Amino acid sequence: MVKSTPPFGFAIKRDDEKCIRCQACARMCSNDVHAYDAEKDIIVSDSTKCVGCHFCEAICPTSALTVERTQSQYRENFNWTAEVINDIKSQAGSGGVILTGMGCDKPYTNYWDRIVLNASQVTNPSIDPLREPMELKTFIGRKPDRIEMGSPEGPKLETEIPHQLELEAPIMFSAMSYGSISYNACFALARAASDFGTFWNTGEGGLHRDFYRYGPRTIVQVASGRFGVTREYLNTGAAIEIKIGQGAKPGIGGHLPGEKVTEPISETRMIPAGTDALSPAPHHDIYSIEDLRQLIYALKEATRYRKPVGVKIAAVHNVAPISSGIVRAGADFIVIDGMRGGTGAAPKVTRDNVGIPIEIATAVVDSRLREEGIRNQASLVVAGGFRKSSDVIKAIALGADAVYVATSALVAMGCTICQKCYTGKCNWGIATQDPYLTKRLNPEIATRRLKNLLRAWSLEIKEMMGGMGINAIESLRGNREQLRGVGLSEMELKMLGIKSVGEAW
Amino acid sequence: MAKYLIVGNSAAAVGAVGSIRQVDKDGKIVVVSNETHSLYSRPLITYLLAGQVDKNKMSYGDPMFYRKNDVEEILGKEVVAVHPAEKKVILNNGAALPYQKLLLATGGRPIVPQVEGKDLPGVFTFTTLDDAKKVDEFIKKNEVKSAVVVGGGLIGLKTAEALIARGIKVTIVELADRILSATFDRKASEIVETALRERGCELITKNTVWKVTGRGVVKKVVLQGGVEVDCQLVIFAIGVMPNTELAKSAGIEVRKGIPVDDRMQTNIPDIYAAGDVAEAYDMLMSTKRQIAIWPNAYAQGSIAGSNMAGDAKNYDGSFAMNAVEICGVPTISIGLTDPQEAGYEVLEQYGKESMVYKKIVLKDDVIVGAIFINKIDRAGVFRALIKSKTNVGIFKADLLRDDFGFVWLPETFRKHMVVGEGTEV
Amino acid sequence: MKKIRIREKYCMGCRLCEIYCAVQHSKSKDLVKAYRGEYPKPVPRILVEEKDYLSFAIQCRHCEDAPCIGACITGAMSRDPKSGAVLCDENKCVGCWMCIMMCPFGVIGRGKEKKVISKCDLCVGEKEPACVKNCPNEALVLEEE
Repeated sequence: MVKSTPPFGFAIKRDDEKCIRCQACARMCSNDVHAYDAEKDIIVSDSTKCVGCHFCEAICPTSALTVERTQSQYRENFNWTAEVINDIKSQAGSGGVILTGMGCDKPYTNYWDRIVLNASQVTNPSIDPLREPMELKTFIGRKPDRIEMGSPEGPKLETEIPHQLELEAPIMFSAMSYGSISYNACFALARAASDFGTFWNTGEGGLHRDFYRYGPRTIVQVASGRFGVTREYLNTGAAIEIKIGQGAKPGIGGHLPGEKVTEPISETRMIPAGTDALSPAPHHDIYSIEDLRQLIYALKEATRYRKPVGVKIAAVHNVAPISSGIVRAGADFIVIDGMRGGTGAAPKVTRDNVGIPIEIATAVVDSRLREEGIRNQASLVVAGGFRKSSDVIKAIALGADAVYVATSALVAMGCTICQKCYTGKCNWGIATQDPYLTKRLNPEIATRRLKNLLRAWSLEIKEMMGGMGINAIESLRGNREQLRGVGLSEMELKMLGIKSVGEAW
Repeated sequence: MAKYLIVGNSAAAVGAVGSIRQVDKDGKIVVVSNETHSLYSRPLITYLLAGQVDKNKMSYGDPMFYRKNDVEEILGKEVVAVHPAEKKVILNNGAALPYQKLLLATGGRPIVPQVEGKDLPGVFTFTTLDDAKKVDEFIKKNEVKSAVVVGGGLIGLKTAEALIARGIKVTIVELADRILSATFDRKASEIVETALRERGCELITKNTVWKVTGRGVVKKVVLQGGVEVDCQLVIFAIGVMPNTELAKSAGIEVRKGIPVDDRMQTNIPDIYAAGDVAEAYDMLMSTKRQIAIWPNAYAQGSIAGSNMAGDAKNYDGSFAMNAVEICGVPTISIGLTDPQEAGYEVLEQYGKESMVYKKIVLKDDVIVGAIFINKIDRAGVFRALIKSKTNVGIFKADLLRDDFGFVWLPETFRKHMVVGEGTEV
Repeated sequence: MKKIRIREKYCMGCRLCEIYCAVQHSKSKDLVKAYRGEYPKPVPRILVEEKDYLSFAIQCRHCEDAPCIGACITGAMSRDPKSGAVLCDENKCVGCWMCIMMCPFGVIGRGKEKKVISKCDLCVGEKEPACVKNCPNEALVLEEE
């Protein structure tokens, strides 16, 4: 039987009239797609190796390259797609699990695209965000059940408010471990978060020594592998996040392939270099909700109750009652990561089939917590494939306090979502530890771009809020009246807790 | 009265003027030259002879340089005496010029062998613009077709090359067993000899001129042992001796040249010397000696000028070096290129066909000499390694690489060599 | 004066600086025309040094105490008073290669067409040097010294 290799997915198209044989493409491609043939004085491109990252296209000084998706090599078949056929052949050859990177790319309904926002017309004036103050400031942390105001001189807050994270806008950088992404990428996230006035998350890779100075803007994660978790680590961060699960791969632990475990990673994570860093599926000291409560309070004790301690779970079927339990266990914030969340490496079957969309999860968790009268006890942060400012504002309207973005941040830094993060050969210098590649991500430029993204989305959120006649994000939080579903079933509308388009107040 | 008086008008003078004016914009500078031509580039005379440079383009740099820097040029006058106690010099027309600081940049004059026929028309030395003009006229007037160049050193070869460029059949007569014996090693000399021969040049080694004969004009030279070479033109280029007479008569210490200290000062205060006439510190040979090469003369003049103007600068020493292209072969030689004693390590790359030659000479892992033929790019990095006496032990194996550069030096070395000039390497 | 700062940690070895430098100093000043049409092919005055993942581009540093100016036998090498750059007058240069021997950075090369030297001229006359303008990762920046 002929050994079947899957047909390649990308074709390099080179405009020979424009190609000046500068060989930048040949030099730069980490997958060795391009090579210079000195005899014939042309550049030869082996498209079979191309992963579609577009780096060569970006670097070509004369824009002579186009990276195209090839036509499907098989006859069109709705059920037996090229991907399905190729995966079967691949597994028949390897006998192993197919790995992939980034978030679920399958056509599950993206509810953000089926929800529309309101705008003020006659009954309520809209607000011009360029002329009037708009408040996007958000506080993440436990809010007291009641507050007492006292003193005859005027309003004075008597109740002590637990520690809060102060955000300039309801957007934070979600967990991406140092190891899955490069030092330069972490550096940029930390700096951009600090400069903008929001937070970034260490992920389960621990915190590199050089980033301790960004501690006040860092959310440190305690994941099942407990990589890099020391008392100093916990006290350096502004908040602690216990990672139970992750949207891209609910139910299984993190996975950093050995190729990406270099000396600095080994040092930060406190594991041997070159070995796969596999986080266990469960925390081996959390087997029940009571265990979780114990860990939450252990962390609070260790940090003298000065930092919010939260819990991150993947959005699964029973996300609502689970969230309720987590809040009652003492979490100051809870993070729900939807099925479209990204990852550096995960089995493709898990990434594409396990978990539920964050849109529904946000709505049901917010509703459940409100019904139980405990919504104030923990902030709700949601994650999992937020692509635009409109996704963010809709999530807030559904009930979230803030949104975590990761994939968008990577794209801002150059990522083209080729889904090959697990190979460690990211040409953009993001999802790699190869020093030759990481040089390409200039943290100065990346920081600038991340700040631009946050700024751009903030401005757009203000535009949309102003359009609705709202000037403070707090007034939009959980304000489902501003949303309408379009093209959704009755059940979906019910789950989301929103009306159908066409229905008035 | 001149605050700064400079005797001589070539590299050292220009270097001195430049550094004096950086510190002292007004002090009167006077340059006295025994030539009638205003500041010109002496090395260009062979290019002039070859027809590669126009006679109107012989000035050194900007023809307005002295004017812009407020320098008075006294041309065609010879300084015949220096009176250090009275701080004045006497010119050949009797005039006395007082000074505050004096720089002797008198350079050297060609050695003329005392052979029969040395005064025949058609026999020249070749070190000044006037020499070049005379030779050029002679060649045109007498339709010279053949010439003998006595001396296979740098001046001799460049002159030979110029004559060859004019279609003249040249024979070089050299006393040593190879040309450029003071600059190159055997392999390097061979490469240049090959290039010369390919251009039709004859080369006679281990011999020298016994006499020059001709009736009223040069007809031929006779070498030791009786070898005869017909020729219409003879150029003596067997060496240059420093013009130290002025200094000697003034009571200044003189050895072969005029010895100077780290400030370029002679043993008499306020009298400095620089250039081909000076004996300054050779850091490779650990002794004071003359190193007659343009960049050294300029640098020495510059240091002298700074010190004369009150800006104390130290001369940190130099060493022999030269860059020259002969008959299409570019060459660079630096430092001790062919030490005969034991204790030196040699790294070399030699391609007979390609005529590429790279040689690095080391002592105790410090580079002390180098030769580059044909592949001369980046030679300056090696000169800097020699000058800084850097221990290259760690990257010795990489020295001969075609792509050798700063990237092959460890990071601390890169910072040391490159930092401060706007590089964050 | 404005100088080019080299930031080794951001250089990715793409050598686009060499390309753009060569084009800036070519006849047509057009990327495609210069590389596909001109003969001899344009030569860059900037050089990328590379070893494994270490790389950086180096060009004339326009030193304050430039040894090449003193080395020049014809006075072709001089400092441009306005920009502070060290420039070579190609009409005066005779290709003796003294400056190549003296330059401690080894950033002076030989011209391919004429027997003159070839080195960075800080793109005097342009708004900013071509290498700085086109480095995709800001590994070369123009700074006031």
